[in-house]
Amino acid sequence: MNITAIRKDFPILHREVNGKPLVYFDNAATSQTPQQVIDVIVDYYQNYNANIHRGVHALSQEATDKYEQARVTIQKHFNIAKSHEVIFTSGTTHSINMVANGFGAFLSVGDEIVVSALEHHSNIVPWQMLCERTGAILKVIPMNLEGELVMETYKELLTNKTKLVFCNHVSNALGTVNPVETIIQEAHKVGAAVLIDGAQAAPHIKADMQALDVDFYTVSAHKVCGPTGAGMLYGKEEWLKKLPPYQGGGEMIAEVTFEKTTYADLPHKFEAGTPNICGGIAFAAALDYMNVIGFKDIATYEEELLEYATEKLLTIDGLKIYGTATNKTAVISFNIEGLHPYDIGSILDKLGIAVRTGHHCAQPIMEFFNIPGTVRASFSFYNTKEEIDALVMGVERARNMLL
Amino acid sequence: MTIEKIQEEIIDEFSMFEDWMQRYEYMIDLGKSLPLIEEEYKTDDHIIKGCQSKVWVHAKLQEDKLVFTADSDAIITKGIIAILIRVFSNQKPQDIIDANTNFIDEIGLKEHLSPTRANGLVSMIKQIKLYAVAYQTQLK
Repeated sequence: MNITAIRKDFPILHREVNGKPLVYFDNAATSQTPQQVIDVIVDYYQNYNANIHRGVHALSQEATDKYEQARVTIQKHFNIAKSHEVIFTSGTTHSINMVANGFGAFLSVGDEIVVSALEHHSNIVPWQMLCERTGAILKVIPMNLEGELVMETYKELLTNKTKLVFCNHVSNALGTVNPVETIIQEAHKVGAAVLIDGAQAAPHIKADMQALDVDFYTVSAHKVCGPTGAGMLYGKEEWLKKLPPYQGGGEMIAEVTFEKTTYADLPHKFEAGTPNICGGIAFAAALDYMNVIGFKDIATYEEELLEYATEKLLTIDGLKIYGTATNKTAVISFNIEGLHPYDIGSILDKLGIAVRTGHHCAQPIMEFFNIPGTVRASFSFYNTKEEIDALVMGVERARNMLL
Repeated sequence: MTIEKIQEEIIDEFSMFEDWMQRYEYMIDLGKSLPLIEEEYKTDDHIIKGCQSKVWVHAKLQEDKLVFTADSDAIITKGIIAILIRVFSNQKPQDIIDANTNFIDEIGLKEHLSPTRANGLVSMIKQIKLYAVAYQTQLK
């Protein structure tokens, strides 16, 4: 992997912030966009911007073709059996709400939904709302001090009342890679469906939908070098056929009379209205870009960065890392004894270093560790060891200033 | 000193620094000298919403002037509130109500804070003014 060449692909990595070269370590919040993807976005608006699927003219046909090609690219990337099992959405939150909204049809009072303790808010709230609506009960898979799910308890939580299990593939706050294979297999034994949130996994792990045998899987384009406002919901055909549509509107209908509307076939049943056409096309272009670099190489390199950063950061007095799972992605959540994460983040920002501070939309996890939040540095394949050195120096400087 | 005079003083002080690192260092120092709120007032009633860090502010009337105390779990936030307290503490409620807060723009505080912290700053000023309104009513 040629990092110098890769970094040239990302114009934003060459800008300055507060008079210092940008060090971008907020990749778990959003990834940066390479020129190749920016070109695709520009090309769309310069050359074939049109509404899709219903136009009679050439531009509409071109845009439709590209959009449907994008669906196939995404299908192949995730080894999905059928292209209509790929539903374009605005991102993971939209995808999850789509399932949560429709799943009410399969729940009755006393049924159970199992969720992991490592969830992002967007993964908790829709299910709480669903439980309120249906009288179903929410159960939580606990985690241990390393930030790993306690699988023995998970197995005990599963009963014939369990209708749905949801869990992220990778935790956004701690970087833990969850054993989704086992989670899925165990859930299926009791007949429960499984939704895996792949938002944080997608930039690091090329997930195989057929091998996983997962029922639903969600991804956001902006975490994999694509644009914001685009993403996917993968659903097994049998589930997508059963699941009621989420929104009414154009494109999702086959026939409309005032008496009755029949819904369109998959995937259009779930794609009401004019979609983010450019976003969908750029999403596929971003996956293409990452595949050229190769997910195997990306994983190896990021692991190297993670090890390097962990070792260096731990030399700082009073620094504690949260989330020490054996299997984790290149995310380091940390605090320094006696300091507020927000103060550390503010100083780092003045040094041109972008990190995330706060509870990372995962307040239950922060409550578990009894902390107001953490500083989170999340690395990508375009980051370097020199940048990590800058981070370590920045944290040391912040510590000296603040203590 | 009048609110306006204190504001001018702060604008002067901030203009002497070369970069924002130095200004941050100054704010951290100010934060360390913040007149601390008494522990008994560190309750949810005194928490200011809209901050990523926790901020407590309390006001009491001494003769005809309002005296503020505060605290925060983050030191830079303490520095920000210390600046506000320097401006607004020991002033008459009506003067606090009437005071404009342009000095914040002039020292560039807002654009150098993260969006959440800038929101927090707005909430702090709002809370200080609300205290002033409440005590002004009481004085009448």
